[in-house]
Amino acid sequence: MPILKFLKPKNELEEGGRMAAPVQSDAGEPEKKCPNCHKDIPLSKLWADSLVCTCGYNFRMKARQRIHMICDKKSFCEMFCDITPTNPISFPGYTEKHESVRISSGENEAVICGTATIGRQKCCIFVMESYFMMGSMGSIVGERITALFEYAVEHHLPVIGYTVSGGARMQEGLVSLMQMAKTSAAVKRHSDAGLLYIAILTDPTTGGVTASFAMEADIILAEPGATVGFAGARVIEQTTKKSLPKGFQTSEFVLEHGFIDVIVKRSEQKKTLCELLKLHNGGAA
Amino acid sequence: MPAQKPYDKVKLARNIKRPTGLDYINNIFENFFELHGDRRYADDRAIVGGVAYLDEIPVTVIAIEKGHSTKERAMRNFGAPHPEGYRKALRLMKQAEKFGRPVICFIDTSGAFCGVGAEERGQGQAIAENLMEMSTLCVPIVSILIGEGGSGGALALAAGDRVWMLQNSVYSVISPEGCASILWKDASLAEKAAENLKLTAHDAKSLGIIEKVISEKDIGTEMFYDRIRRLLTKEVSLLSKDAELVGKRYERFRQIGAKSAV
Repeated sequence: MPILKFLKPKNELEEGGRMAAPVQSDAGEPEKKCPNCHKDIPLSKLWADSLVCTCGYNFRMKARQRIHMICDKKSFCEMFCDITPTNPISFPGYTEKHESVRISSGENEAVICGTATIGRQKCCIFVMESYFMMGSMGSIVGERITALFEYAVEHHLPVIGYTVSGGARMQEGLVSLMQMAKTSAAVKRHSDAGLLYIAILTDPTTGGVTASFAMEADIILAEPGATVGFAGARVIEQTTKKSLPKGFQTSEFVLEHGFIDVIVKRSEQKKTLCELLKLHNGGAA
Repeated sequence: MPAQKPYDKVKLARNIKRPTGLDYINNIFENFFELHGDRRYADDRAIVGGVAYLDEIPVTVIAIEKGHSTKERAMRNFGAPHPEGYRKALRLMKQAEKFGRPVICFIDTSGAFCGVGAEERGQGQAIAENLMEMSTLCVPIVSILIGEGGSGGALALAAGDRVWMLQNSVYSVISPEGCASILWKDASLAEKAAENLKLTAHDAKSLGIIEKVISEKDIGTEMFYDRIRRLLTKEVSLLSKDAELVGKRYERFRQIGAKSAV
């Protein structure tokens, strides 16, 4: 198998997910329709506002856009970015699917890891990619996150992690399930070393990622309105044969039930992370 | 006997006539004393836990219980634990650590319960905490999958030093029906999904996920339980002497899927 280097993103804005294709308005500037307030927002304005609509709706963001938004300029240094694509349980069609997603997403897997400074404070950072098989956790995601926590222990660094995931990647079967145990053990070592880990849950954070490193941080932040839960809402509806309460499995819901610390708007996230890192003495032990 | 297809094993693993968690507890251990509750919210009857003797060794035993009769099965929530069950299990594991007792888990669940209450009380957080805490528990943990091993709900009791599976038990990241309905929008293709998911005991062994497959040739008999008792006694005695236990447990999971990234 060849080692694939990181592929450059083809275009910044892609179709799918919460990101509807931009439309050309009469005035000539491309616009996007907000699925929440149904207004057409000029793309330039959306960009200036970190892809948040004036109504407060958060459009999905690509992992590299988040890195750009959070890390100090030119401070991000990517790690563990090469891969040897594998099909650990020889799942039919997975190799082809993986390859086509690599091309369409411009990323080679569903998480980007590295070191960076945030407000001049050094940290390790991982950002999951919703445009790569909905951020599902396969062996490469598990391996990168584990390796990042191990690096952080070795270099006494805090870890900042943005989660977005549909859960474990079923095409990797048990190998993907085991990544939950593997990453959790790495988080525990980092925690036992007295180091800070802050998770920021974004839409959607579900399944095996919720049931592992998303819920294991010292401080858990979430973006407004993000879906945060373990089981899929549709599965719960089918199992219990009851309609779900309004606002079920949102950031606001998990805040109310005591499972996250605070909801932070996109525009406030960098400032919040800076302050928390500073309070923890740059996070170092 | 003709070779069984993976989906036949799924059906066997789900068969209500199979011995359940409590059958193993009652036939393998002596003087089992049940301990209830998570000390936070409730006692989840889908998970049974307590202290007992394995031969002469005091141990903590935790089992997911499905029940036999319809009434029992309903009372046990069909072996689908709520967060309280996982928190009770963790409480008992921490207690085992305090008193230096090995932990033995029997796993048989289609998965952690999918429900509004389970989400409200943090099903994901409960499983995550177990995975994190089990990774550094200072006493041996041996887990045996006796029927269904449904995803994170099973893993939350299987992040131990040794994981064994009965010959006809299954262990999977998703149910074959769930996989078929997501991938092919057709739950009736479960048979095909079961073949592709590599969920049988022999598959799990060849993938390096488990250490041992236990024969079911005499399942439910006295000889069967004697055999498992001897295997467990030997294993926990060995593990108890291992000064590198926690480090080796880390490596056990660390190497799974480690070759994919550079």
